[in-house]
Amino acid sequence: MTDKDEIGRDRLDTAGDDFYALLMQAHEGLSFEESARLNARLVLLLANRVGDLDALRAALAAAKK
Amino acid sequence: MPRYAYQPFPYKKPPELDGAVARQYPVAIAGAGPVGLSMAVDLALRGVPSVVLDDNDVVSLGSRAICWSKRTLEIFDRLGIGERMVAKGITWKVGRLFHRDREVWSFDLLPEEGHKMPAFINLQQYYVEQYLVERCADFPDLIDLRWKNRVNGVRSHHTGARLAVEAPGGAYHLDAAWVIACDGARSPMRSFMGLDFEGRVFEERFLIADVEMRADFPSERWFWFEPPFHPGQSALLHKQPDNIYRIDLQLGPDADPDQEKRHENVIPRIEKIIGHGDFELDWVSVYMFQCRRLERFVHGRVVFAGDSAHIVSPFGARGGNGGIQDVDNLGWKLALIVKGEAPESLIETYDEERVRGADENILNSSRSTSFMTPKSKMEKLFRDSVLDLAADHEFARRLVNSGRLSRPCSLEGLSLQTPGAAEGIAPGQAMPDAPVQCEGRPGWLLEYFGGGFALMAVGCAPPPGLPAGLPVIEIWPDENLAGAEARIVLRDAEGLVADRYGAGVICLVRPDQHIAATFVAPHADEIALAYARAMGREH
Repeated sequence: MTDKDEIGRDRLDTAGDDFYALLMQAHEGLSFEESARLNARLVLLLANRVGDLDALRAALAAAKK
Repeated sequence: MPRYAYQPFPYKKPPELDGAVARQYPVAIAGAGPVGLSMAVDLALRGVPSVVLDDNDVVSLGSRAICWSKRTLEIFDRLGIGERMVAKGITWKVGRLFHRDREVWSFDLLPEEGHKMPAFINLQQYYVEQYLVERCADFPDLIDLRWKNRVNGVRSHHTGARLAVEAPGGAYHLDAAWVIACDGARSPMRSFMGLDFEGRVFEERFLIADVEMRADFPSERWFWFEPPFHPGQSALLHKQPDNIYRIDLQLGPDADPDQEKRHENVIPRIEKIIGHGDFELDWVSVYMFQCRRLERFVHGRVVFAGDSAHIVSPFGARGGNGGIQDVDNLGWKLALIVKGEAPESLIETYDEERVRGADENILNSSRSTSFMTPKSKMEKLFRDSVLDLAADHEFARRLVNSGRLSRPCSLEGLSLQTPGAAEGIAPGQAMPDAPVQCEGRPGWLLEYFGGGFALMAVGCAPPPGLPAGLPVIEIWPDENLAGAEARIVLRDAEGLVADRYGAGVICLVRPDQHIAATFVAPHADEIALAYARAMGREH
């Protein structure tokens, strides 16, 4: 499996819809600035949770594409 | 000129206006849409007579509910119109998703082989209603279909309800032990009873149109986010029989429904999608998305089913399909209660089981609607990012939400089901179909279930001393292996029954083809206990 496939592989299955709903709920009622701050904190927390610099490099590359 | 020829059904003077002595009917059904008519047929198949009242005398105007799911088709097959629906309908399994001018991805529902019914068909609601009306005519002694009979009020009491009815010949009262309100999204019955309809109304307006044209669009579901022909919004194209296409267009929250409905405004929009003007507009409607339900579906002797009980936004085909599953759940319970074979409290399990179904449908369609109609700049950014990432990444494709299509509701863990003792299928599931043979003739497993309760033994014989009146259907790789208790013996022609249920598993099957309990090498009294529980006699 290539790095690109690995970063895009689905790991949430049907919980993906649950996560997306929670994410939208978390942003509800926030100004754009507040939402951006929430996203920044979320990225930092999730990066730590991933805990693997190679995986984070791959995610950064995929996101910047 | 619409292609479908609407034929008014004849009005007959009700006996109450012809001097007949008033009596109490076992069941009255308010509304002759797909849900009300299915209800009457289901009850008739179980020997329960009903009176169906409808203020109109034609089938639905416009295609309305068009996507019928496999589970619904299995229910319609039990009611006797499934094969006719599949023959006329457009069978489809591929959906394509577009973002702006590119295809993001496509899905194939990949229906598993070895089921009688396809994953989905498209068929206009007016055909379904017509087939049901014609099916009702097979039960002249059991179904009393009264067109042009408008229900104007209801008064419920502890042994029944009295309906105030108005017909062309005058007004009368109709007493019924049970009233089933199948009178649709704007349910007058709900208003008569002053019931709240809780939930969420989305501000977004959608245009829905039936377009007749010669075209060779494949039998697929095409969904666009922000297409070039309709900037910033979403669109859906679906094929129906008779060269009719369903087109749904998101209009935004500020659209004026009366303006948008005008044909001179609709036609240019359609031209932009299909690239020419060689089509006819059959039907146009503008609607708002709503996801709401009654807190309870059972109110004394008045029971709500279909859109009167719950409404969802349409992407996901959960409205019509949800209503037919209500009927499937309610029919046998009501029949047992009316015949005095089950306690009246069994009706509470209709509320319990179908509220679960409605909540599942509301959750899924609310999420689809949110994805389609981002409320803020940030929501829109997330939505667009999912669509952008979907081109390269599987996980993002799974997040794209243009409707999560209706799936059979599992009743696992609810009060009628006995928790599973066996491996294999979980109690509460709707039975999966499979090919079988009976005395050499090929058929389908589900065709042998759906009358009353039954015990299905897969590659094994049930224990002696079973409850009286519980028929046994044994399924073997070779019929000669069957035991003496079996009323019907089927051959597991391709081994798929054993695959799907587990070899050596015994299932207690409910009259709606849901599994109530599963066993491996049980004692007869375990089966008797589960059977009593499934009939609402013990908890």
